[in-house]
Amino acid sequence: MIDWLSPEEWQAVALSLRVSLWATALSLPLGVLAAVALARWSFPGKTLLNGLVHLPLILPPVVTGYLLLLTFGRMGPVGGFLYDWFGITLAFRWTGAALAAAVMAFPLMVRAIRLSVEAVDPRLEQAAATLGASRPVVFATVTLPLILPGIIAGAVLAFAKAMGEFGATITFVSNIPGETQTIPSAIYAFLQVPGGDASAFRLVVISVVLAMGALILSEALSRRAARRVAGT
Amino acid sequence: MTLSIRLKHRFPDFALDVDLVAPAGLTCLFGRSGSGKTTVINAVAGLIRPDEAQITLGGQPLHDLPAHQRRVGYIFQDARLFPHMTVAQNLGYGARVRRRPMQGFDRIVGLLGIEGLLPRRPATLSGGERQRVAIGRALLSDPQLLLMDEPLAALDEARKAEILPHIEALRDQSGLPILYVSHSLSEVARLATTIAVLESGRLAAIGPAVDLLSDPFSAKILGGRDAGAILTARIEAQEPDGLTRLSTTAGPIWLPHVTAAVGAAVRIRIMAQDVILSLDRPLGLSALNVLPATVLALREGEGPGTLVQLDLAGQRLLARITRRSSSALGLAPGRQVFAIVKSVAVAQGDVVEGTISPQG
Repeated sequence: MIDWLSPEEWQAVALSLRVSLWATALSLPLGVLAAVALARWSFPGKTLLNGLVHLPLILPPVVTGYLLLLTFGRMGPVGGFLYDWFGITLAFRWTGAALAAAVMAFPLMVRAIRLSVEAVDPRLEQAAATLGASRPVVFATVTLPLILPGIIAGAVLAFAKAMGEFGATITFVSNIPGETQTIPSAIYAFLQVPGGDASAFRLVVISVVLAMGALILSEALSRRAARRVAGT
Repeated sequence: MTLSIRLKHRFPDFALDVDLVAPAGLTCLFGRSGSGKTTVINAVAGLIRPDEAQITLGGQPLHDLPAHQRRVGYIFQDARLFPHMTVAQNLGYGARVRRRPMQGFDRIVGLLGIEGLLPRRPATLSGGERQRVAIGRALLSDPQLLLMDEPLAALDEARKAEILPHIEALRDQSGLPILYVSHSLSEVARLATTIAVLESGRLAAIGPAVDLLSDPFSAKILGGRDAGAILTARIEAQEPDGLTRLSTTAGPIWLPHVTAAVGAAVRIRIMAQDVILSLDRPLGLSALNVLPATVLALREGEGPGTLVQLDLAGQRLLARITRRSSSALGLAPGRQVFAIVKSVAVAQGDVVEGTISPQG
């Protein structure tokens, strides 16, 4: 496989996988929290949170990328803080690519998880409370296992979206081979140079295979989890 | 242990204001839907927070504890078993989350007859099986109080008959106070030690089941048509022609075969409309059960009927007759009569083992 791909192509594939895995793993706890908050809690500013979560879905990706650059760039309010206090730079680094991918994938992840939270019967959680379970224990022993299929579906969807993210990524972290050049950016770059078609095509095939693989895996996992939850 | 409940809560469309004391035994909260029964029981469980609540169990306050610290065993109408756990895991849930060893697992599982279900998932159980598992799960969470919200309402007659004996056994053997919500008078008559009647958020009547069911003046709030008193009797003999002879304080009665051992105490619900009154001991009558009685009270209904409360050597019986017959017989308190009950009129489900008071 390594022979089959040029080092540059291989680098793009490895980077994409790394970016997407980090983006998914780090945003998952936040995604569960947001989904539970939106599905169950009532608090001031709920509409605002709902809007913020869904914003990346409807904004042009390039706008999201630019807003990320303004906020998380070295000069931005958050980016400046992170650099001054922790020495962390996000703009034009692979970590920034992960952030962009996470933000873009977040609405999809939250939607999938939220649907599964809404499907959980709160009366089961009441029953658990009468049996002696405190709220965190109810969440860990009843709610979480019941929404597991939704979490898996949300995570896989987010991973697939992160693999394909292009607009926000290229605006926020540019297209630096080995640092921020993910598969879509690499395909775009190869298409800009004469004779790059073959490389672009190989990456397209890999993209399709990875996306299909993720989808099949998620189907299998969530079907297994659903069977466990339905109790048959 | 007595449970004392004082609640006030304003809903948009109605107000709940209840003050009641449930003594040991099984207390039925009885009333039509919307009368506030479930609100009361949920407030006791801590699942809702009423505007004002003072709930104590054996003198200990419950109202400031969160639901998970109240140690109530709550059995819901829909069993609410956890679908992602096996029956055994459901049963062990209470002990697991409280990090306590489970007490009496084998005994309770055996009592409820659910040994064979342990490895199964709730989705594969019948309604009656699910409800038995739910009862076991509540009992195994080491409760100090049992709450039941129409646990039989979702079941058909056969399943009800499957669960009822278990609830009776809990009432007679567990020693736990039980608060039982129901709108079925036959269930109440069969199970209750004490009856509390709720009407649009207020307590309309409360008292020992024997007294309330045989009181012609509470008959209306309990649902007049189904009025019927409870008689306790002892099984004397199973006779060869299929009848069972029972002894009551007022003399022997015969009922179609009652499945219980000789010597066992049973409670029999006799519907007021199945009782005939006569001034003289009737002769040449097909009805077998003729009991001497004294009229205690009369209550005229809105229609042509009258409810007559009778004293049977210390026990109470209700008879529904027409006002015309009542005046033809010249019925008045103190009058000696004979109460006639047709054996076959007593429904099988209205004869159950057990006594009325928790003391036996």
